[in-house]
Amino acid sequence: MHPAGSIIIFTTLSGMGLGLMALMGLGAIPAGGGAALAGAALVFLLTGAGLVSSLFHLGHPERAWRALSQWRSSWLSREGVLSVLALAVFGLHAGAMVFLDLNLWPLGFLAALLATATVYATAMIYGSLRSVPTWNDPLTPVVYLAFAAAGGTLAAALIARLFALPGAVLELLAVVLLVAAWTAKALWWKQAPARGFGGSTPESATGLGGIGRVRLFEAPHTSPNYLLKEMVFVVGRRHVRKLRTIAVILGAAVPLALVLLSLAFGGVWPLLVVAVASHVAGVLAERWLFFAEAKHTVALYYGHGEAHGRRVAG
Amino acid sequence: MTSLPGPTPKKLGLVIDLDICVGCHACVVSCKEWNTGGYGAALSDQDPYGAAPSGSWNNRVHSFEIEPDPAASRRQGGAYGDARIVHFPKSCLHCEDAPCVPVCPTGASYKRAEDGIVLVNEDICIGCGLCAWACPYGAREMDAAEGVMKKCTLCVDRIYNENIPEVDRVPACVRSCPTNARHFGDLADPDSEVSRMVAERGGIDLMPEQETKPVNKYLPPRPRRDRDDTSMLNLAALADPVPTGFLGWLDNALERLG
Ligand code: SF4
Ligand code: SF4
Repeated sequence: MHPAGSIIIFTTLSGMGLGLMALMGLGAIPAGGGAALAGAALVFLLTGAGLVSSLFHLGHPERAWRALSQWRSSWLSREGVLSVLALAVFGLHAGAMVFLDLNLWPLGFLAALLATATVYATAMIYGSLRSVPTWNDPLTPVVYLAFAAAGGTLAAALIARLFALPGAVLELLAVVLLVAAWTAKALWWKQAPARGFGGSTPESATGLGGIGRVRLFEAPHTSPNYLLKEMVFVVGRRHVRKLRTIAVILGAAVPLALVLLSLAFGGVWPLLVVAVASHVAGVLAERWLFFAEAKHTVALYYGHGEAHGRRVAG
Repeated sequence: MTSLPGPTPKKLGLVIDLDICVGCHACVVSCKEWNTGGYGAALSDQDPYGAAPSGSWNNRVHSFEIEPDPAASRRQGGAYGDARIVHFPKSCLHCEDAPCVPVCPTGASYKRAEDGIVLVNEDICIGCGLCAWACPYGAREMDAAEGVMKKCTLCVDRIYNENIPEVDRVPACVRSCPTNARHFGDLADPDSEVSRMVAERGGIDLMPEQETKPVNKYLPPRPRRDRDDTSMLNLAALADPVPTGFLGWLDNALERLG
């Protein structure tokens, strides 16, 4: 699948923003004071930037509101509805925290629940597509949720330390969640890309397997079209290996080392700024690969997945 | 509503005969011609006369080479002996369990309850592209100029159109196919011509493992006739005809003259 910048930025930023929303809803940052204000501002900044970025992916962004209508059947619609609800409920919760010095727990829990559901819906947009077997993996939503939780906790730790609040628990939690998220991702990397075309072949795609092996002789068009540009993205194995290494270094190794350092020195917020930035960069690389490595069955009509001959690996 | 309507009383669709399609792309062109001026926005082209032209089309023809599997060939009495080329037109299959419909966030994509045709309401489509991702067959293309999703409409503006002669009330691709490789009809009716063809020839579903239940069916190429079969038409003889009738008499008379 074509790795579209708008969607990669959207899922990365809004994932972290919703993670932070959930943590604040659960009381990670005390009501009143600058920390609550900074935390709420960061939540709105991250989710807002993500949502604006996602609009760039649409052919008709001015009609985006229509996407809120089909929540009965569509995960994309559910994501839209849930994100609006999450932002509204969190807005009330954050307002009470900042202006009334009040932590309205039921509201906070509801915001946390809605934030989690939104991330799950985002993941299921991809995870529910049988036409992209790479994504159609039970671990897909697990990975999205784990990254949102790790990123949100990292951001919460940064805010706590920035305002000289106790942050050791958040830092420890960030370490645990970072390890969990990347473990889930390692498992995903092991099993999801190996799904290939999910058992579909050029033979099943054409129904001609009864005669023999099917190979593309001539494509229907001479230059790339929407289908090829959008759904038949080919990334070299060497590139994948390099990018996975970069993703793990930036997304896991650097933030882990910095958080542990900060913990050892009793909270050093500049280290956490770098940790958050590095984590975002690592997740961006991870998301790029999530798209680039995903195979769509339409490629079977274009010479990919052939049992022998040219483009075997597709 | 983008929920699927459930079983429809009619299942309008196409039956495509892979045995006789010669890959001329006439259906591709006539589809573009009809649909660029018909239902919804025009089917635009980008850089049409340049180095890398591209554009939206609702129907495309691939050509595949098939290398016979010795076991299958033996089962058919050696009938699949040589490698062969099969031309393969592909457009929306108007699936019964269409995965492209429920994913649509706006309600733009829908399947008609009365005849099963899958359509896009272009006035509310936001051009998110998710339906094209969900279709395993690559039957939907985003129009780069309009920013909305285009797909085969089964020529819904022809098949019910009382302003055109009755013979034309079939999809443009069916009407234009010079070899009659494309057929249109109701696949829910077991007595329709298309259903009978499917039953006789063993019509096939594309990627049945995706469980989309395509309405359109493909008729597989027939096994080759035996080359040594003397009942086969002698094509060489046609090149050097033996005249009969008046021409034969003239030929003979001239021959005798000398
Ligand atoms: S062929 Fe593709 S676009 Fe057409 S109904 Fe089936 S899934 Fe939808
Ligand atoms: S591109 Fe249009 S028709 Fe397709 S899912 Fe998006 S809104 Fe629906």
